Order: sequence, then structure tokens, then C-alpha cells
Amino acid sequence: MGEFLLVTIQVDMHDRLALTLQDDLTGQIVKHRAHGVLIDISALEIVDSFIGRMLASIASMAHLLDAETVVVGMQPAVAITLVELGLPMRGIRTALDVEKGMTALRTAILEGQDGDSSSIR
Amino acid sequence: MSNSKLPEVFEKREQEITDQWVEQQQATGRKLTAAEREEANRQSREFIRSLKGALRKNSGGGISGPEWAGVRDFLVDLSSRRAKDGYSPRETASFVFSLKQPLFSALRTELGADSKVLADETWQATLLVDELGLLTTEAFQKTREEVILRQQKELLELSTPVVRLWENILALPLIGTLDSARTQVVMQNLLEAIVQTRSDYAIIDITGVPVVDTLVAQHLLKTVAAARLMGADCLISGIRPQIAQTIIHLGVDLSEVTTKATLADAFDVALRRSGHKVVRQDAAPSGAAAR
Repeated sequence: MGEFLLVTIQVDMHDRLALTLQDDLTGQIVKHRAHGVLIDISALEIVDSFIGRMLASIASMAHLLDAETVVVGMQPAVAITLVELGLPMRGIRTALDVEKGMTALRTAILEGQDGDSSSIR
Repeated sequence: MSNSKLPEVFEKREQEITDQWVEQQQATGRKLTAAEREEANRQSREFIRSLKGALRKNSGGGISGPEWAGVRDFLVDLSSRRAKDGYSPRETASFVFSLKQPLFSALRTELGADSKVLADETWQATLLVDELGLLTTEAFQKTREEVILRQQKELLELSTPVVRLWENILALPLIGTLDSARTQVVMQNLLEAIVQTRSDYAIIDITGVPVVDTLVAQHLLKTVAAARLMGADCLISGIRPQIAQTIIHLGVDLSEVTTKATLADAFDVALRRSGHKVVRQDAAPSGAAAR
């Protein structure tokens, strides 16, 4: 999708799959010179701390490669679980759905071009 | 109880017992309106009828036997209805207990000659009435408990409404103390409402929260974090001066959340962030009445 990559997680993430995703995604960012990554996790119903950390590290990796990451479509139950696990994922941008995620990405990239990308640590 | 004279006596003296009993109830109970008295009369006669049937078929197994089902159902229904209508436990129980006196006097009239049989029969009758009385009280209590449970549930739902203020702004006025159970409900309601209304901003108003301690603050922060994971920005409003002091004294860090003193201020911020602008429409044609 233009300068954005869209990753849709359709199956339950297990650890091996998560690592493959990291590999693929970083490769694709470089290949397509993407500036934004949307990770759609609306089909994800179960999360654990590993997935939470994986999402955070994907966001950091993407940031290193000059791409902003937005996680979209999180289920309410998943959000509650992550918070209860003590993983509020502060470094990650979130949005309700893909459409809002695109808007958020555009804003984030604009901000980044202005030299103000302080929200991702 | 199989060779008891009680059924026999009861059958013979039914009319007398019923009349005395009704009289007794009206004498001991509270003042009733004409309609209530009529209703009590009808209930008493119905009860006597089903009691008579059960006594006749009685096989001696106490009131838990199948032949007593009619009597049990009647009593349970009666006392649960009375519990809902606000009768006191005493009034409800005395419905059954006031049966004792007419019953005993009927027994005395019938069996007065043989004091041993009379004592036995009286004892049996006491047991029976006591059992029925206990049943009534239990049913009464149970209905009361059901009412309390239902009210608790309603209170929980009532106290966590999510209000839509604008097309993408939600408000969550919290009233009462926040404990873990309520935080769960609040969080769930809020997140579901965010999905439903596709809102970008949620304002948590804590004007009605009497006390904010570290636990409550933690619950608030959790709610904010969960809403943020769903892509919604949270603002906290309605922080009273005392609560601001407590929060700082406790060392709770709310610096990552936008906080405002009033709901109006928070609403204003949310409107501006979502690109809206509120302007006063001046009707005056001279125009320049700026604010």
C-alpha cells in the first residue's frame, strides 16, 4: 500500500511465527523503502507477554529503519490482558482500526519529518 | 403420624378453625385496608384447603413428602410475595404461627377427654406448624436476598455509564469508590463503547469518586493504558483540590495523562484535539461583540 506496509495477523501467534514475522517485516521495510507499518491484530484473541514484547520490538526495529509502526484493531479483552500483565506498551502507537491507523501513520510521519519523533522511545 | 387424629379433627372442625384463624390474624396483624383483608381471607381459606388435602394424604414423612408440594408451593409463593410487598418477617411468619391457637382449641374440644392423646396430638400439631413456619421464613429470607443481589447488580451497571458527548468523544462519569471489581466493569464498558462508537477521546470524570488512594489511582492508570491500546486518548477530569493534594502526597505519577479540573475543560481539550472549534453565534447584527 504505497509507502505503508500492512501486516494482518490472522492466526494465533506462536513464538516461532513471531520471530519469522520479525525477519520478514524488517526485510520488507528495506525492500519497499516503507515509511509506515500497520499491524492489524483484530483477529488476535489471545496474547501473552511474549507477543507484547514482540510487538514492542518490531516497533523499535521499524523505527531504526525509519518507519513508524501503528498497531490497530486490538480487541478489548486483549487490551485488558496486556494492561493486567503490566505491559501497557508505551512505545507503540495504537489506533482503533486500519482507517484510523492510516491517519495516525500520516500524522506520525509528518511529525517525524519535522524532526519531532519523540513519542517512540 | 399415620395414626394421628389430626386429619380427622381438622376435617370435622375446618370451618371453625378457619374462622378463628382469620380472626386471629386480623387481631394480631397490622391494620389492613378492606381490599387487603379480603385478600388475606382468600389466602387463608386457600391455605386451609390445601393443608386439609395434604393432611388427608399424609404418609408420615413430614412436610418434605410429595403430598405436601401444594402446601409448600403456596407458602413459598405467599411469603415471597409478602417479602416484595414490604411485610416484616414477623408478619409473614405469624401468618402460619397464628394457626396454632385455633388448631389447639379444636383438638382440645375433640379430644379433651383423653389427656394423653391430647398431649400427643398437640405435640404433632406443633411440629407441623413449626415446620411450616420455618419454611415461610426461609422463603421470605431467600426472596429478600434475591432482591439485594439484583439491586447490587443494577447498582454496578448504573454506576458505570459511558456517555457519548460528541461524534468521537466519550465521557465516563465515575461515581462511588473504585475497587478492582468495578474497575473491571468500567474498563470493559469503556473499551466496548470505544469500539462501538469509534471514539478517539475518552474523558474519565472522577468528580463523584470520594477517595483516591494509590490503588484507585493505579486502577485509573490501568484504564487509561487499556484505552490507549485501543487507540483512544484518555483525559481525566473532575479532580478536586483535596484529591490533587492526596495524589501528589502519595507520589502517584499522573504526568502521562492529561488532567483537567472540570469536565468542561476536558471536553474543550478533546474538541480542539479532534479538530473542532466552538464559537458563539452572535445574533447581534452589529457583529463586533467579541468574546
